[in-house]
Parts: sequence; structure tokens; C-alpha cells
Amino acid sequence: MSDKTYMVPNPPTPNEAIEFDSAICNGCNACVDACRTDVLMPNPTKNMPPIVLYPDECWYCGCCVQECSRTGAIALVHPLNQSIVVAWKRKETGEDFRLGMKNPPPPNKRPPST
Amino acid sequence: MTTWHEYFRRTGSIPEWPYPIRYEKETEVTTDVLVLGGGIAGCHAAINAKRKGAKVIVVEKGPTKWSGDGGAGVDHWLSACTNPCSKVSAEEFTESVIRDLKGYDCGPARYVNARESWDALLDCERMGMKIRDVTDEFKGADFRDEETKLMFAYDYTNRIDLRVYGHNVKPVLYREMKRLGVEVYDRVMVTSLLTEGGKSGTRVIGTTGIDMRTGEFFIFKSKANVIAMGRPARLWSFSTEYRPLWNDMNHTGDALAISWNAGAEFVDLEQSSARMDNPLGYIPYGAGNCSNTYYGTPIVDANGKEVPWVDRDGRQLGSVEERFQPSPQQKFILGLGLRVPLTYENMCKILVRDLSERIRNREFVLPLYADLTRLTAHERRAIFGLMVGNEGKTRIPVYDILTKAGFDPDKDMLQVPVMDPESYSKNVTGNFWSGTILPPFRSVAEGGLVADWDLRTSLEGLYAAGYSIFGAGAHSNAASSGRYAGRKAAAYAMTASEPLVERGQIEREKARVYVPLKQGKRGIGWKEVNIAICKIMQDYCGEYRSEETLKMGLRLLGEVRESEASMVYAGNPHELARALESQMIITVGEMVVQASLARKASSAALNFHRLDYPIQDPPEWQKLLPIRQEGDRVEVRELPQNYHLLPPYAPSYEENYRVHSGL
Repeated sequence: MSDKTYMVPNPPTPNEAIEFDSAICNGCNACVDACRTDVLMPNPTKNMPPIVLYPDECWYCGCCVQECSRTGAIALVHPLNQSIVVAWKRKETGEDFRLGMKNPPPPNKRPPST
Repeated sequence: MTTWHEYFRRTGSIPEWPYPIRYEKETEVTTDVLVLGGGIAGCHAAINAKRKGAKVIVVEKGPTKWSGDGGAGVDHWLSACTNPCSKVSAEEFTESVIRDLKGYDCGPARYVNARESWDALLDCERMGMKIRDVTDEFKGADFRDEETKLMFAYDYTNRIDLRVYGHNVKPVLYREMKRLGVEVYDRVMVTSLLTEGGKSGTRVIGTTGIDMRTGEFFIFKSKANVIAMGRPARLWSFSTEYRPLWNDMNHTGDALAISWNAGAEFVDLEQSSARMDNPLGYIPYGAGNCSNTYYGTPIVDANGKEVPWVDRDGRQLGSVEERFQPSPQQKFILGLGLRVPLTYENMCKILVRDLSERIRNREFVLPLYADLTRLTAHERRAIFGLMVGNEGKTRIPVYDILTKAGFDPDKDMLQVPVMDPESYSKNVTGNFWSGTILPPFRSVAEGGLVADWDLRTSLEGLYAAGYSIFGAGAHSNAASSGRYAGRKAAAYAMTASEPLVERGQIEREKARVYVPLKQGKRGIGWKEVNIAICKIMQDYCGEYRSEETLKMGLRLLGEVRESEASMVYAGNPHELARALESQMIITVGEMVVQASLARKASSAALNFHRLDYPIQDPPEWQKLLPIRQEGDRVEVRELPQNYHLLPPYAPSYEENYRVHSGL
């Protein structure tokens, strides 16, 4: 870990787009080749997750996540200005929930229709 | 932060470009049929050309396995008139839609779609895409046919629009293409069309391309070409900080620019809409609404009061079931998603037209919610589970992410975006599909290449499919026109002469494309160029246009090309492609301005408003105006809207199809 402080320009916005769990991802780069806009680049270090070079070009299609064979290795992260307004209300209790909230309700495990 | 920042913090160094750099290196490939664009239209074209025995190459800017507007999935298969449950004939459908569009539609492409949409879907089923409820999850639903297990949308009586499991449509098509032996060149951006003698207006015999990862220069030589590169975006609005972009980043209208430069004819580019490319939009399919995929969803206010639905006569509906049935005397509901405006003849049901007023007077209190719990279990699951789950950009971005976050359509109401009151009635479908409409942020509507009954453009050797052809359409249009154009291109290739490329044309193009890598001190980034072009278009070619300001816009676009945009900078092959795109966008802007200058009349049908010619749709202007570039001039001619039923063609769709379809 470097102690130095560097001159680095403001990060591209949205910042992240795609998030990797390096404990699960094995750097196979299937997602890199699935990305329609070539947002991801192979990491120079082998077996490390790809580098998100162009998060600002992400289309948020999720094809990279669909391509990945290791559950939990890769996740799509919507830009904050988009996710912050995805909200729902539970009819029974009147509770308000939103994407990215601190104490989310338990996940709904029902898979999509396939 | 991004993994780039993580890498940088960890190592203190900037990673090197991961792919081999091959600037200026030439690779020449020859084929019978070259398919430009590997989206839905391109893949169907490639598959069908290959089946005819042609050698086929696909060149695609992204990864063909997932690329294009239809690449991330599909939930609706529209216009399937010949499916066993349909009550609408292809002829009736075609005539109806062309009427809805006031004649501004490509007749051949429309009829081809009506005739072959179902066939294209059956083909997808054979290739491995699921189209029927084989697990009986929806047994007993009013939108399902017991015998065929097909499921329908919008109009449960006439049944021309299906609900399908298309999340993997692209991988399925890609696998078939590879199995058949189609050669695919991914990450290659097409930069120009090659023409006989290197001249404009002659036969198209191939393309040049740049590899977005290595910078290599490709020369594709072909006997026949199918252009299926989608529709322009990023012309009036471009912002990566505000989201979403409706069309993916790669859609910069390259098809238009390269065909224009080769002398091809275009129509309806003066038509625009304020629908897509809205910087204040929301996650597609991720906000409460009752349009398109969510059609029929009950909308309630903050106090649980339901907003009534009305039919085309303004009569309030009494039940949910009525939303999915045509009105008395209505032939059929067209359905949404085809980019055809709602008309009295074709329209689905909508929310009350005075919703804006009733929000202002607080009869309905914001926020509104999409309350799926008020639907039957089958309808609810069909919307959230089948369609949201298979439609493009929904499986992961909406279904997966929302359900993991705890959203349950059986228990929860999805919030509708909070907008100004007018926006609740102003939206194109009336059912607030994409958020607030902002007029300066427009997009090209249905303009594109003119096509004949062979789906051939005005240039010999150049066929077109999907959004590259003018006229409204969606996924099944891309599939239908793709397979048709692929057949025709292959047939032409069988007797066409070998392509003889003029070396000078290659040299000139090669010199042009690498300029951004060689900028001196003052380079300008491609994003800044793009947004500047958008500004010119917003001001000089916006919702309201006039001769004086259109000409100013044209001058500015030309000036930007010669000065600021000529300094666009690239430091790697990816940036190089983006830099070249920014120059394509200038050309597309010029084309739109030229088309606008040519039409000296306003048109409600084309959503085209001229301050200097305010009368809308005068009879003498109800025609198509094909424009093309010839040297430094722009040529305009007139074409009757029903050109496809006039000599040299037959007066009926059926007859023309029989003669031309190649089946």
C-alpha cells in the first residue's frame, strides 16, 4: 500500500458500475469479453478481477453478470442518482424501502420465469 | 471507487494497455456476404445468408454474443400476424400501421415483418430460445393459449404480440452462427464503405474497419453487404454522468454516416422525438409505470386511491380484463414498443387523460405507485418475473437487483417517479414510461435508408436490415428484415462479380482514421466534442426549425469538423474508436439538417415543426423526400409514400412478396 499522495483527476462519474469480489473472482475474464462497450480490461496481475476502466461507458445491461459462472464474483452497481429513486412501499405495513438502504428487508429469493 | 483506483493505490503505477498495439497493420479479408453490425438484424441476416450457401462475415463494434439494442434480452415479440392464434392478417396489419404512421413508413419492411415475424420466432425456438409456457407456470391465464402454450400481450383477443423468454436471445443466435460457420470479427468499428472505383454512388464492395482493442486496420472485400448497424443516438444529448442512455454507447449512427459518404439515399431524417436519450430518465423498467412491459399495471396514489383507466372514447373501464381487449368496433390493439404513435384506430387503454389536473387539485396525491398486487397472480408474474426478467436490461439490472434488495411484487408497490404534474399526461404513451420529457433532448425517430422490395438500398450491393432502414420498428422487425435481407444479399452474391477495391480509397481512409493518435499539443477529448455537437443540434435543429437557423447549424457543424473536432485526441485504440465516432456524429447531424432543409412544410406526422412553414401536412407535401450526397451537393427528389405498390412493383403486398421474397 502506497503512502504517497498522487495527483489523480476526479474519478469518472458514475464511479463504479461494476463491482468485483476478489475472494471469489478468479480473473477468467469472461465478463471482459461479454461487455458490449469494452468497459472492463484484463488485470495485469493474473487471476485478479478485471479493471473497470470505463465505468462512464457502462450501459448497465448486466450481460457481464449473466456471463459469469461464479456466484458473487461480479455485481452491477447502478449509478447513485438512478438507484436512489428506486423505492417501494410494503402494503401491509406502510414501510418505505429503497435500493441501497442501510437496513434492507430480507431478500426475495424467487427466481425469474425461465 | 473503481478497480482502476484500487490498482493504482496498490501499485502506485498506471496499468499498461492490455492488448497488442497494431496501429497501421492491415488485414484484408474477402467474403461473399458481409454483414455490418452483429445485432439482432445482423445475426438473422448472417444465419440466413449462410444457409443459402454464401461465405459470410459479420463485423461488429462490440461482442456479437451480447451486442445491439436487442442484445440484453427481449420480452415482447410483436407483429406476429401469422402465428396460429392471430386474428389479424399480414395485409390488414400492414395497411393499418402505415395509416397510423400517415404513410411515413417503409412498406416493404412493414409487410416483411408482418409476414415473417412469427417465422423468425419459430427459428429462434429451433435455435434454443424458449417461447412457450412449457412448464405450465401460467396455465389457465387469459393471455395463454392452451394448445400452443403461447402467451400474448396487449390484446388477448387478436393475439398478434407475444410474451417470450428472450433473455438469452443473443447467445442463442451467436451459437447458431458459429455452428453454421459464420466468421465473426468482434470489436471492429466499421469506418467507411468501399465502393467500385472508389467513387460515391457506385456498387458497395466492402468496408474498412478499426479494431477497438488493437487499432489494427481491416479491409473487408465483399460481393454483397447487409448494413444493420442500428440507429443514431448521442446526437442531441450525451451525458455519462446523468443516466440512462437508452441506446448503448456504440450507437452513434455510423450506418448513416458511412452510407451517406458512399452516396446512399435516406428519408425521414427530419423526424425526431423527445422520447429517448433523456438525461433525467430512470433505470429502464425499474420505476413504477403502466406502459410497455408494465402495461395494465394498476396505478394508485399515496393514499391507495386507484387512477382510472379509459378506452379510446374516454369511457372509464370497469375491470382489469378490459385493459387487454379491443374496444367495440376496434379491429385490434397494436400494442406498445413498436414506436408507432397511438391513434384512435390502434390505441391500447390509457390512464385518464386529465391526470395532471387531478394531481394539481390534489384528488390524487403524489407519489404514485405501480400496484402489481391488484392484478391476478398470473398477470403479476407475467409482468414481474417473465417480462421483467427476460426483457433487455432487466434480468440483472432490475429483477435480480430489486429482488435481492427485498422487493416482492406480491407485497410491495413500486414507486412511480415524482415529476411535474404535466409529465403524467404528456408522455408519449400517456402512461409515463420514461420520466419527464425535455424537448431539447431529442433523438432521431424513424429516419433511415430507403429500401425496396429486395430490402436493397439505393446503392447496388448494399442491403439493409433493422433500424438502419427507415420506419418504425422493434426487435421482431430486426429479426424479420434481417433474415430477408440476408437471403437477398446471398442471392445477389451468387451472380455478382468479384469486388475490385481501389487502393486510393483505402489509403485516404487509413490516413484519416489514425489522425487522433497524432495530435499535437492541443488535443480535445471525444466527450467534449460529442456534447458540443449536441449543443449545436439542440439550438439549431431542435423542436422548432427554420431556414436561417438550420443553415447556421450546418455552418457550425462544418466548422467544428474542420477546427475543434479535427483536434480530437486518442491515446489508445478504444479512445480512437470513440474519437472517430464523434466525427460520425457530425455527419449524422449534417444529414438531419439537410433533411430538415429539404422539407419545406411542417408535419405533425413527422413531429417536424418549421417556423417559416407553419402549415402542418399540406397535401402537396405528403411524400417522401429521399436525399443523398453527390460530391459537395445534396440531391433531393420526391418519392410517393406508396412507392412500394406503384410500378415497377405490383399493386398488392402479397404479389410483391411472392415475387421478391426469395422463398
